[in-house]
Amino acid sequence: MRPFDYVEPETLEESLEILAADPDDTVVMAGGTSLVILMKQDLVRPARVLGLRRLGELREIATADEGLGLGAMATHGALARSRPVRGHAAALAATFAAVATVRIREQATLGGNLAHADPAQDPPVTLLALDGVAVARSRFSERRIPLEALFADLFETSLEPGELLLRVEIPPLPAGARATYKKFLPGTLDDYATVSVAAVVATDPAGACVHARIALGGAGPVPLRAHEAERSLMGRRFDDAAIREAAMLAAAATDPIEDLRGSADYKRAMAAIWTERALREVA
Amino acid sequence: MSQHRIRFALNDAPIDVTVPAERLLLDLLREDLGKTGTKDGCSVGVCGLCAVQVDGAPMSACLLLATQVDGTKVRTIEGLISPLQDAFIDEGGFQCGICTSGQLVTADALLRAKPDATEAEINDWQMGNLCRCTGYYGIARAIGKARDAR
Repeated sequence: MRPFDYVEPETLEESLEILAADPDDTVVMAGGTSLVILMKQDLVRPARVLGLRRLGELREIATADEGLGLGAMATHGALARSRPVRGHAAALAATFAAVATVRIREQATLGGNLAHADPAQDPPVTLLALDGVAVARSRFSERRIPLEALFADLFETSLEPGELLLRVEIPPLPAGARATYKKFLPGTLDDYATVSVAAVVATDPAGACVHARIALGGAGPVPLRAHEAERSLMGRRFDDAAIREAAMLAAAATDPIEDLRGSADYKRAMAAIWTERALREVA
Repeated sequence: MSQHRIRFALNDAPIDVTVPAERLLLDLLREDLGKTGTKDGCSVGVCGLCAVQVDGAPMSACLLLATQVDGTKVRTIEGLISPLQDAFIDEGGFQCGICTSGQLVTADALLRAKPDATEAEINDWQMGNLCRCTGYYGIARAIGKARDAR
């Protein structure tokens, strides 16, 4: 690994000042599971690494206004075990528990995961389906970024230079909403998803859909929402025809990248199948 | 480039060293502190050979900067005394041995966190510790035996 300078401030204010002073040559480190590999492989060559491990306030996981606030430095393991997270949606806790292995989950953080913007990651998918909003702060201002706007491209976010991810806020779910996360793993259980699907739906007493969110991972350069598929379900009952149509529309919204886990056509076909399975589970 | 004085407990003994920012915990343990029971395998956090416990949680020493354990309690295979070791011998929980220290460190963390770990939890935790001799059945049996012996 190339030499670099390491700073580990005690306060958020100090962290933001350091970042503002030299945003181009400063890389933020949360858990470090991805960054350390990227530095070992010489793909990232920072002059300075800003470590956030002393900012305990960013580890908080709390219920807020019937929704959730998830601190950027909360680890996947802590989020998977968290009572507030499980209480909001068991599927969200299960999503964090589905990431890699126990060692990665204990070290890697929510904020690091989102800022890394790997499109095959698990948490962004379920967080998108739960209408998550990222809160980022710079030395000068704070802003809320709906997760769909956070993911700009492969490994690229819309965070501005000098901005630090503080937390993700999740609004309350509609009454009776049901959520699931499906991860297609044809190889090994510790792998990245070939494709993954999160679905959140709610129905009225007559069984008609009043809320639908479908998000997909591993299905394009960014984790994505399948808006047309969602719209196609509104007002309808979850019968075979509605589910199949939504699954086809979800697959059409994908733009998969061919890699070792399959061709683009294969992943698109799998996106339809796993969307169908997810919808049948929550229907 | 920057140098950092770090203090942590290694197997309950105090450590006070100065390291360059880019020093990995794995290299600090093996090369500077002589704890070679922690093995270097894939170097990308996948194989589990370098598993150590940081404040009780299993982590990959190859993915941690040494500075990240400042103020923590680190446990390596050298500091592990557990019914697991006898159980691994009794059940044939290893063949070539290269993965054994990582298997034991992870299994010990599991039984500390979940003394009544189910078979599913054993498999979930050990999934990240690869055994290229494919000795998984013996490993899982050994962990179950150590759990039941408590």
